[in-house]
Amino acid sequence: MKPEANSSPWNRRDFPEAAREALAAEPLPTAPFEHSQTRRNVRHATDIIQAKRNAVVAELPEWQALRSAGAAIRAHTLEHLDHYLLEFEANCVRRGGHVHWAADAADARRLVLEILAPHAPREVIKIKTMTSEEIGLNACLEEHGIHPVETDLAELIIQLGHDRPSHFVVPALHKSRGQIRDLFASAMHRPELTDSPEELAAAARSYLRQKFLTTPVAISGANFLLADTGGVCIVESEGNGRMCLTLPDVLVTVVGIEKVLPCFQDLEVFLQTLPRSATGERMNPYNSIWSGTPAGDGPREFHVILLDNGRSPILADAESRQTLRCIRCAACLNACPVYHQTGGHAYESVYAGPIGAILTPQLHAMHDAQSLPYASSLCGACYEVCPVEINIPEVLIHLRSQVVQQQQSTLTGSLGLWNIAMKSAAFLMQDGGRLGAAVRLAQTAQAPLVSRNGFIEWMPGPLSGWTKTRDLPALPAESFRAWWRRTRSAQPATPAASEPHHE
Amino acid sequence: MRISLFIACYNDALFPQTGKAAVRVLERLGHQVEFRPAQTCCGQMHWNTGYLREALPILRHFVRVFADAETVVVPSSSCVAMIRDHYLKAAAMDNDPALAREVKALLPRVFEFTEFLVRKLGIDDLGARFTHKVAYHPSCHSARSLHLDEIPLRLLRHVRGLDLVPLANAQECCGFGGTFALKNADVSSAMLADKVRCVLNSGAEVITAVDNSCLMHIYGSLHRQRTFVRAVHLAEILACSEDESGGESVLAPDQHYALAEHSARVATETAQ
Amino acid sequence: MNNQIQPGDSRQRILARIAASLGRDPAIAAASAAYAVLPRHYRATAATPPAQSISRFLDRLHEYNAACVRVASEAGIAAAIAAVLAARSQSGLAVVSGIPPAWLPPGFNFPLANPLTAEELDRQPGILTACAVAIAETGSLVLQSGPRQGLRLHTLVPDHHLCIVFESQLVATVPEAFPRLDPNLPTTFISGPSATADIEMTRIKGVHGPRSLHVLLVAD
Repeated sequence: MKPEANSSPWNRRDFPEAAREALAAEPLPTAPFEHSQTRRNVRHATDIIQAKRNAVVAELPEWQALRSAGAAIRAHTLEHLDHYLLEFEANCVRRGGHVHWAADAADARRLVLEILAPHAPREVIKIKTMTSEEIGLNACLEEHGIHPVETDLAELIIQLGHDRPSHFVVPALHKSRGQIRDLFASAMHRPELTDSPEELAAAARSYLRQKFLTTPVAISGANFLLADTGGVCIVESEGNGRMCLTLPDVLVTVVGIEKVLPCFQDLEVFLQTLPRSATGERMNPYNSIWSGTPAGDGPREFHVILLDNGRSPILADAESRQTLRCIRCAACLNACPVYHQTGGHAYESVYAGPIGAILTPQLHAMHDAQSLPYASSLCGACYEVCPVEINIPEVLIHLRSQVVQQQQSTLTGSLGLWNIAMKSAAFLMQDGGRLGAAVRLAQTAQAPLVSRNGFIEWMPGPLSGWTKTRDLPALPAESFRAWWRRTRSAQPATPAASEPHHE
Repeated sequence: MRISLFIACYNDALFPQTGKAAVRVLERLGHQVEFRPAQTCCGQMHWNTGYLREALPILRHFVRVFADAETVVVPSSSCVAMIRDHYLKAAAMDNDPALAREVKALLPRVFEFTEFLVRKLGIDDLGARFTHKVAYHPSCHSARSLHLDEIPLRLLRHVRGLDLVPLANAQECCGFGGTFALKNADVSSAMLADKVRCVLNSGAEVITAVDNSCLMHIYGSLHRQRTFVRAVHLAEILACSEDESGGESVLAPDQHYALAEHSARVATETAQ
Repeated sequence: MNNQIQPGDSRQRILARIAASLGRDPAIAAASAAYAVLPRHYRATAATPPAQSISRFLDRLHEYNAACVRVASEAGIAAAIAAVLAARSQSGLAVVSGIPPAWLPPGFNFPLANPLTAEELDRQPGILTACAVAIAETGSLVLQSGPRQGLRLHTLVPDHHLCIVFESQLVATVPEAFPRLDPNLPTTFISGPSATADIEMTRIKGVHGPRSLHVLLVAD
């Protein structure tokens, strides 16, 4: 599949470059301490969610069983995805809903506009939805004269600040209360506001209440689709979601095709694992589940747009298919030491953090975001917390191998420094004698780089990345194998395989 | 028991003292240690960087070299994690059932050094003496792949004179990650800064771990900042014994970890 | 790929892509057989003594800043409601259809919520409902549209929600709640008053939903 022309506000730079900027302190007169403030805010928020998550996970003795069940249900669903989507469609339609299928982002945007056209809304209210961000819906609506009003507190902060979400559960976690206060004070014309979180939330409540009561069209995403009932489940905290789902006449839900579950009852697993993983709560304040247009309760017109946009090809890869099990809890972001440092923006992607590092390049058929699979130290913290057991490090390595193969298929890539270095190292590492000789050579060759203190404090080329902030011990004069040969030569050396078996 | 030491390629070249310490500890326990000079590398660097094809001959070589070993002990948890977590996958990727069979036969005989001492031999007191304030860094592979949990701490708690101090945010990665430290040097450095701050705040004189790769990274910054904190592999701490009876000290004359040498000398003097 | 996809094409295209990716024909069965044997080794039921569930439920509500009053029998509901309203200096609250008149104390206004528009509900001081089931482990009330439980907007727009829970409706764990629910009805899980932690992860009670939640736990 050809990647779509850039339709989102995410202009994608390589991760190392974007991260370098995120980690840099900007010159004081331009934007004093903004990066430092952002990094402090990210750290503060992720520390708190992590601690809460760990506490409520520890109190469930069957946590690992819930993870395994969740993984099995999601894996099973993906193996039978077409079956469950068709079942969902039939049941949703039977209950009065309309189901649309969007092959890509442009398709989804066109469908939304077509659905909205007869109602000619000037404004729509929106629940936080990453699929909307993924298809660049807000910009598209604005272009067509429809103003989208974000109703989730964090998304409102993002929208009023012309900012980008940096986390898909707590999109504005990079903002401090002081920054939010300034934003609200100016956008809502409330100069008297203080930075008390209660007061800021109350300001959002009064700012949005009239919108909820009068706006006839709402747009949402969804946490889960339920095949057996044609149901949709949305998990939230503030009640803005419930407002959008029940008060307007028309509701449009844009949801990735992978979000389906076989049965209503499967929620018994995910309503335990999702809240604990996402916000560290035993249960989030509100979960809404409905199907179609139930008589007299909620919107009279309900549309579901099933969004593919690069998902279906991911199913073909047995190794990385597990990426689509994701239930968007963001626990992997909160656990990730890379995310802790850079925050979400450095990923230059709707989906940040470890899951973003594997999902984003795959959604673009590996034609884009090739630096993201390398945006990890493979520490494994993400896998440890994942409530559906996505082995993110394993998928990262798998995707790295695809990036390497892409590079090796081009002349510049195959002649690149990395490729030559890795090929040469692989040659040396197939033979103990060769490796020993290479080490002896290096012991001599390193001399110009070694300082008088016995450390290497400067190295050239790609190796300079190390010595910018770190020293490296010089190779000692005698390697272990040389020491062994010198001191233990009386003992029989054991050549590979040819040596008789020792008891 | 006849133990085949897989030293790990970077220990061989950069940290021979760790291998010598492992040999000393195992021999002191009465085991016969062998070193197969044909050994090279587990293939982890290639595998984790995405050079899976290039990793294949390396890991095949490993399997061939150690196929008939009674027990393989490795003073590097990330190498053991590579072998346990990825070798079978590599065999499947290469459609090589013979390799898969050999890997399956070999896996139960491969142990990380401290895991071998505690889980296999059932020993947690090596009679070691090391009179320093020490913090333990649980490297990611040792904690999340091998689940060593309390094993290294149990060993450290039995070392005479050792003052084990807690390390804040111990479970967080130091930012090494193999080629990650080069490809994402800025992020890696920022992660390292956090780790080093925790190490310095702990008040430890020595930071230890079961992986010299992480220690090389952490010490790289500690040394750059000219702090007094030294990095010492856990095997070297365990090798510092009270009842040292002459002969060549395996810890001398390595220049980098002079502290371990110093400790051994102090220990020897104390014992005399 | 063409930029313009014809309506209707996408459905076939997506289904074909999924089938191709999974390496088989679009027509499939066997899903139900595979589904039946998925591992589910978590607690489906817990042999929790009712007293323990009750105390856990009360703890959870307390953590959420939701007030809970225990009532000895159904006959005591009216007096308990009167006490709550008096304490809040509230002249009454809207009730959903199906609420037994015997629950309503004299001397207060109890307009029926069902005919009210959202704007009118917004001017009501509160809402009275019962629930379908309550979950001790998570301190959740589960409401399904219908008699005694109202419509979804009824428990959303007014700023105060008073919910009657019978002890026989209380289950210990999340999985125990599901067999008691009708999967076809609009369903809302309510766990404490509306809240947000979007500002520096500080949990703030009350954003858009009711800012006060009262539970009357009635022995039966």
